[in-house]
Amino acid sequence: MTDHHDEQPLESMEASDEVRDEVRIDLSGGDVSATTTGGLWRTAGREIVRKKSAIVGLTLLSVLLILAVFAPVIAPYDPNQVLFDEGVAPRDPPCIHLLGCDPETPQHILGIDGNGRDYFSRIVYGSRISLIAAFAAVLFAVFWGTIVGLLSGFFGGWTDNILMRVMDVLLSFPSLLLAIAVVTVLGPGLINAILAIAIVTIPQYARIVRSSVLSIREQEYVSADRALGVTRWRILAHRIFPNTLTPLIVLATLGVATAVLEIASLSFLGLGVQPPTPEWGSMLAAERNQVFTAPHLVFFAGLMIMWNVLGFNLLGDGLRDAIDPRLGK
Amino acid sequence: MGRFLLRRFISSIPVIIGILALVFALARMIPGDPCRAALGERATDEICDAYNERYGLNDPIYVQFGIYLKDIASGDLGESFRFGVPVTDLLIQRLPTTIELAGAALFIAVIVGVPLGIVSGYRHNSKTDVATMIGANIGVAMPVFWLGLMLQYIFAVFLRDTPLALPPSGKLDAGLIPVPFYELWHLPMNGFTEFLSEFTLMNALVTFQWDVFSSAFLHLILPAVALATIPMAIVARMTRSSLLDVLGLDYIRTARAKGLRERTVVLKHALRNAMLPVVTIIGLSFGLLLGGAILTETIFNLTGVGKTLFDAITSRDYTVVQGFTLVVAVSFVIVNLLVDLLYTYLDPRVRVS
Repeated sequence: MTDHHDEQPLESMEASDEVRDEVRIDLSGGDVSATTTGGLWRTAGREIVRKKSAIVGLTLLSVLLILAVFAPVIAPYDPNQVLFDEGVAPRDPPCIHLLGCDPETPQHILGIDGNGRDYFSRIVYGSRISLIAAFAAVLFAVFWGTIVGLLSGFFGGWTDNILMRVMDVLLSFPSLLLAIAVVTVLGPGLINAILAIAIVTIPQYARIVRSSVLSIREQEYVSADRALGVTRWRILAHRIFPNTLTPLIVLATLGVATAVLEIASLSFLGLGVQPPTPEWGSMLAAERNQVFTAPHLVFFAGLMIMWNVLGFNLLGDGLRDAIDPRLGK
Repeated sequence: MGRFLLRRFISSIPVIIGILALVFALARMIPGDPCRAALGERATDEICDAYNERYGLNDPIYVQFGIYLKDIASGDLGESFRFGVPVTDLLIQRLPTTIELAGAALFIAVIVGVPLGIVSGYRHNSKTDVATMIGANIGVAMPVFWLGLMLQYIFAVFLRDTPLALPPSGKLDAGLIPVPFYELWHLPMNGFTEFLSEFTLMNALVTFQWDVFSSAFLHLILPAVALATIPMAIVARMTRSSLLDVLGLDYIRTARAKGLRERTVVLKHALRNAMLPVVTIIGLSFGLLLGGAILTETIFNLTGVGKTLFDAITSRDYTVVQGFTLVVAVSFVIVNLLVDLLYTYLDPRVRVS
């Protein structure tokens, strides 16, 4: 792991490229706001490198990203390959030759799972699902949340009232409960779990976009546009939308952390990713009754979930402090 | 104040109607045939017809919704397809387990989280502060189900045969049957007394059944700690940041300038204002606790609302899903309403604006 350290900041820039690109493209659309917001992001970039917690978060995420991208190179076995004919037994404890494990026994640094598969390989491949699923859920939620928030804030009146009451209803359920209910309706599986988590989180994004829209709508440059006869859609797309992005991106980064946890929770309950796909939550569920005899099979999967969540939380906190020092403590 | 209360109350009515509609719709959209789910795959068409007729499942959907609303207004949540008992009976038996668990977790979260937050905020950037905040960050990131399993391993296997060993699952030791207080006190058994007696800890405490009390208490520790971790971390962070805000204000400087003891300044003057946002966060973590209860109850094998709800969803027990989800969502709305009211009481500025 240590030899990857130098590349980490670079790697993690790639992680958020999608988000950053979105920012750049949209900012180039608005002229006045673009220069100021562009400056803000440059300053934020400088600030974030100074924040210890953000650096730790970036480091954690870089390691995961390396695991995910280079999984076929890093993992010694195929995640679904059953190794019983290679002299292993179900739930063999970790065996590392360097740490004094008998050289006669095959090396499996995190041990063997209940179906005779190399646990380390499964953990490595699990990072792919965790990252992709969480990103997908957040992107979906941000997309629809932004649309709802923009419409609601910009048009006000009945549109606003109805949309926000619907959001209130969604918010009045504990999110995991609602996600479970949605997944039950759609049927278990990775895609449906992603959809369920996205649907449950739409209100958060809708609310934050709406509140930014409400304040931006009253700004003088928007009134000037109106006076000049710029169409409503153009104002919405080029003046208002770019300015809602800052709080949205911070919330989305923190939202990825929650999504990671919820995807894992759904899979743990058997409603998300289905076996034999290597996913940390479902791996944990498969071995949970063996926690007393083979704790390593529960420990490492949970540790990876925590790693991922911690990474996005720290990065999100750092990003928030860097963009708006008033918000974070 | 009265007008504010009324307005706040009225604004939650559409939300509750929305919850009713959503719960009803979701329960109907769960794929699969409730009759076959309840009676098994071998139930014949005639049996299923009779079954659907009996539970009104053949009526058009709007008629079913109308009946559903009417029933709810009269306090009838229907009958469980699977157990053949009224949903309210299930709630009476299982809600107390969850309330006890969530209450214990919230208690731990506040009792540990608030002092940690105070020390951390007061000694800003000290070693204690850094350690607490690292702990809080890790606490928020831990999956509840993983923490639960790890606690089970540590306290039931690793520390076995030490005084620190704790039971890993269930509500009581095997063979221990608590006597409900109404039997001992010769009170009538009805829904209300039965509901109260299901609070195992309280029931054992008021009737002096010490063996039951200690067993229930020991069984509650691990699930409560697992469930408490995330809210504890959130409460600690919130207390810290809010105290930091308040300590920088002018009136604190004034309080110090007039020679008040530091202890009085922090704990009396600053904390009172700093606790406002914390109250909100505590209210909001109620939803987190209920979501976490589904996972915690599954791991620790507690038959509470969370586990029942999950089992009902997987076995398509519509009425139980509807009833339990409704109760959970409505209590969430009520808790938020109460938090708002408490907030208004604590901070008069909210009323004015």
